[in-house]
Amino acid sequence: MSASESHDTAYDSLTEDHGADGQWAFGTGIEDVAAEITSPVPDGVDPADLAQYCLMLGDDALICSHRLSEWTTNAPELEEEVALANIALDLLGQARLLLARAGHVEQAGRDEDALAYLRPELEFRNVAMAEIGDELDFARAVARLLLFSTWRLALLQRLLTSRDPVIAAVAGKGVKEVAYHRDYAARWALRLGDGTAESHRRMQAALDGVWPYVEELFRTSEVEVALTAAGVAVDPAQIRAEVDSVLDEVFAAATLTRPQRPGIGTIAGRGGRQGLHTEKLGHVLAVMQGLARQHPGATW
Amino acid sequence: MVNGAAPAAVRAQAAVAAVVDPEMPMLTLDDLGVVRGVEVRAGGEAVRVTITPTYSGCPAIEVMRDDLRTALAEAGFAAVEVRTVLSPPWSTDWISAAGRRKLAEHGIAPPAGVGPRSSGPVPLALSAPVDVVRCPHCGSAATDELSRFGPTACTALRRCTACREPFEHVKEI
Repeated sequence: MSASESHDTAYDSLTEDHGADGQWAFGTGIEDVAAEITSPVPDGVDPADLAQYCLMLGDDALICSHRLSEWTTNAPELEEEVALANIALDLLGQARLLLARAGHVEQAGRDEDALAYLRPELEFRNVAMAEIGDELDFARAVARLLLFSTWRLALLQRLLTSRDPVIAAVAGKGVKEVAYHRDYAARWALRLGDGTAESHRRMQAALDGVWPYVEELFRTSEVEVALTAAGVAVDPAQIRAEVDSVLDEVFAAATLTRPQRPGIGTIAGRGGRQGLHTEKLGHVLAVMQGLARQHPGATW
Repeated sequence: MVNGAAPAAVRAQAAVAAVVDPEMPMLTLDDLGVVRGVEVRAGGEAVRVTITPTYSGCPAIEVMRDDLRTALAEAGFAAVEVRTVLSPPWSTDWISAAGRRKLAEHGIAPPAGVGPRSSGPVPLALSAPVDVVRCPHCGSAATDELSRFGPTACTALRRCTACREPFEHVKEI
């Protein structure tokens, strides 16, 4: 069966031989992601900075997506498994576009797959909140997703007017998607927080557990400073008040207490945006990149 | 079947119009509102179709590309290019009136209107939307949302409390 024939279901294409056209990201038959990817770098913007910024936004989505996908076959209810898988898929779609854009503007011959599957840990630019994972604790998944998606939604909202056409387009689709993710997490936070004594205790404990990773979300990197001035990026420090007010609304309704816990801090001012990660990212990459590294060039 | 008599632009439009969505095959891609343009080039030998994805990660777009290429090759075009563009983002408001009718006939509740996006922050929704979604089986307005996320990226799961049937609802974006 050739790739040009139609399929009865979306899964039939998985069984075909795609020769040199196969790719890793979604499996077989995946092609160039969108026409906008090859748009020129906006005037006055350093391509290296733009590539780094696309990696920041893309790695946040990719690594968070991978962590959410760990719930597949492990969620407490089928509906929640489907929901978390759907959210992971939306974020993977955003990641593909941003990594493809990073690969295009850095001009080092790396496509989205090379960036996702062959990049070493020190080159990942995601925040720790994306990588720490849920340890199969559903309340922790709710807490992490609430914090991550409330923050990402505020970022994407401001990126709608980014001078980079790919970032603006990803934001245009992403705002709609991430608003659903945030509301999903907020409703579960409400249900668990304002539920039984046991569900309240576990929801509060989960929130306390991930809170040290909040501070990093609002720390501005040098790349973000330069690109905010150029009209491409958002200074994350500027969205803190908006994020806090949304979180306070959820906490109040859910009878949860805003944790008073110090952030994880930096090492000589460096964190995830500079490639310094917790040991958890190594675990993620070992799983996510293992197959691609053991079978270089393999496609399916 | 190659029909050399009809003008190329008409043949191309007709071929594209017949391609259906892989996950909701009661809808054509036209009904779904993902076809953004059909251009015939090179004196009628080549055609370029522009489509837009529904959700960022929707894997169905790959099957759509395949099916468009096949349909246009069968319509006699030697060179077929299928482009994907992201902007402006797809909205369920682009689903045609015929598409909405077909969804309901197949037991899937069509989306309500979204309208233009407001520019401020997206308000938090701590409870399921109260919009009336009618049961596509019995027409009752007494339906509940079971899950915001359904079997495909674009649908939610609901249940009718009158006839007790579960059904999918194309959620508004």
